[in-house]
Amino acid sequence: MQAATSLVPKNYLTEKQGILSWLFTTDHKRIGILYTGSITAFFFLGGFFALLMRLELLTPETNLVQAETYNKLFTMHGIIMVWFFLIPSIPNTLGNFFIPMAIGAKDLAFPKLNLLSWYVFMLGAGITIYALCRGGVDTGWTFYTPFSTSYSTTYVVAAAIGILVNGFSSIATGLNFIVTIHKMRAPGLTWFRLPIFCWSMYATSMILVLATPVLAITLLMVAVERLAQVGIFDPALGGDPVLFQHMFWFYSHPAVYIMVLPGMAVVSEIIPAFSRKPLFGYKAVAFSSIAIAVLGFFVWGHHMFVAGTSVYSAMTFSLLSYFIAVPSAIKVFNWTATVYGGAVSWDTPMLYAVGFIGLFTIGGMTGLFLAALGLDVHVTDTYFVIAHFHYIMVGGTVMAYLGGVHYWWPKISGKMYPEGIARLSAATVFLGFNLTFFPQFILGYLGMPRRYAAYPPEFHMLNVLSTAGASILAVGYVMPLFYLLWSWKYGPAAGPNPWRATGLEWKTESPPPKHNFEVTPVVTYGAYDYEALKEELQLVS
Amino acid sequence: MSPEIAPLALHEQFANPEQQRETASLGMWIFIVSEMMLFGGLFVAYTVYRMYYPQAFTEGSADMDIVLGSVNTAVLICSSFTMALAVHSAQMGSRKLVNIFLLATMAIGCVFLVIKFTEYYKHYLDHKAPGVWFDSAAANPGKVELFFVFYFIMTMLHALHMFVGLGLLTFTLLRNLAGKITAEYYNTIEVTGLYWHFIDIIWVFLYAIFYIPGLHP
Repeated sequence: MQAATSLVPKNYLTEKQGILSWLFTTDHKRIGILYTGSITAFFFLGGFFALLMRLELLTPETNLVQAETYNKLFTMHGIIMVWFFLIPSIPNTLGNFFIPMAIGAKDLAFPKLNLLSWYVFMLGAGITIYALCRGGVDTGWTFYTPFSTSYSTTYVVAAAIGILVNGFSSIATGLNFIVTIHKMRAPGLTWFRLPIFCWSMYATSMILVLATPVLAITLLMVAVERLAQVGIFDPALGGDPVLFQHMFWFYSHPAVYIMVLPGMAVVSEIIPAFSRKPLFGYKAVAFSSIAIAVLGFFVWGHHMFVAGTSVYSAMTFSLLSYFIAVPSAIKVFNWTATVYGGAVSWDTPMLYAVGFIGLFTIGGMTGLFLAALGLDVHVTDTYFVIAHFHYIMVGGTVMAYLGGVHYWWPKISGKMYPEGIARLSAATVFLGFNLTFFPQFILGYLGMPRRYAAYPPEFHMLNVLSTAGASILAVGYVMPLFYLLWSWKYGPAAGPNPWRATGLEWKTESPPPKHNFEVTPVVTYGAYDYEALKEELQLVS
Repeated sequence: MSPEIAPLALHEQFANPEQQRETASLGMWIFIVSEMMLFGGLFVAYTVYRMYYPQAFTEGSADMDIVLGSVNTAVLICSSFTMALAVHSAQMGSRKLVNIFLLATMAIGCVFLVIKFTEYYKHYLDHKAPGVWFDSAAANPGKVELFFVFYFIMTMLHALHMFVGLGLLTFTLLRNLAGKITAEYYNTIEVTGLYWHFIDIIWVFLYAIFYIPGLHP
């Protein structure tokens, strides 16, 4: 009944109006949306750099941009995509929005810290954009010494400080999530009744809190070395450049799991909802998240097989890298077993989730190739590595992010997106992605090195395919931007639970009221209990 | 839950004061774990280079003023003691004692910083400022400089944490003056205390790795 607008109950969007009500909000839902806006902008900026790189690689010669510019393009693409899109992508948007809702809380444990984290994120972003505007950085996103500390003439210090500042926003978010999941759960919501989304976010937060400070301190040492001209990592002055690589990858390998665990979190929600079945092997999936987070700290050495580390260290890291495939495979098998025999509906979130499983599996399997010492020496620093980690980060994380955005869009906006065009965009993304990155596996295996603006003519055809795929992928990414925003204004009302999914977030209005629930919910059954949900829905109708 | 406390202190996202207290405490503990990893990276790098260059690091350490370092360690441990007394007084509900012990902690913290910066000035006069003005009579001056690089980065990062700690103590003092710290609700002073003790403990390790190795060359 919309007889009078004043009678419509207020939700978090209509509670307060005006730009200041957004900039000073402590509502986790609004902060989630602030983050979504910011990272979307960074996604398209980083994507723009990638597109320029693919255009340059359309021909074997260096003709669109100069080699120096190309170096800056791949560096800024990496920095922006890793720290200003992928790391915050799912945790700071969907995690921020849905962790409190999934556990029946009014907000995160520290709402002001949550808002502060967004401002710190934007400050770090501002410093990085400054480095970009002054001409960018050409060291690669890895900042390898001594090139970054002694030889590069670009704005390394500004970029390093930008990332360092950004790291504190990550730590604040991780801390907030851990405390929230420990202390803010609704009555009756035991650990083993938690949605896997929360388990995976908890594992992600562990890494955020433990690994990010090491990156911060490593980049601080790089900045100090560059500014004071002392030799922390410079072999000419007694420093050890391989120590930098150890410290950098001690963060940056776990950071891969910061990026992909949230993707697994989202997929673990979507698969049961669209299969109408409980998640197969709940405890195995839950503990495999924790196992990935813990093992992730002990595999960094596989980035350094050719850096002159000892052969025993290489063998150990190779073995440990094989181990981490086990919990990842446990997840894949359990998701597949969940779909098996389910009443599957192929709505857009499910398309993305299934795409995630396939692409993540390819990315994970090729990761095993790279963990094998002999093969790694052959394909190190080739396009094989590029293809491998893009299958994880783009095929995995970005697919899951888009799947999650579509899945929860009715809850966030209160409106349904247009299903037909959304499915079309999911298919476009999937096709464009594979056309872009599958040829790169072959290129790498044939020996095309990464980070060069030019290449021998025999690689031409595969590079043309890859660039063609990138343009299709770009179309697939732009489409949701338009139809989602369109649906926010013109889409049909979604109702509280359009997917008939389990989970506390679906038991409240769409969009939710400011404190999420009119009455704090009491949980009496586990996550994904579709039998219990069916009975509940029948009782209502 | 006494009715006059609840509206004063309970934040809207919590169901009861007990939940709020546990949350604040857990949050600070996790932050401390994160801080341990921040300093941990530096401790690891220091250890690696000390293993590479044991001789140079001992020579660098011999240039430290062991008296000032030891006095400063004692000073900081005293400040931890007054901090603990401040938290205890808050639990006992004595606003006046909380004020006194907080002020004492801040004063002792300032004494530490004054001594620390006096040391920095002495290093500068001794030409022991890496990147700015450094020379050393040692056989391998570059490696000794590396020792001083770590000394300055780690102790300055520690000093930065001291400044943050003094800020937190000031905030806590203002909260106490406004009557917002009571025997029923003392989260603020409790987590500030945790943080203060943590930076004290970090200092004890810094003292051990920078001042002790040069004692018996």
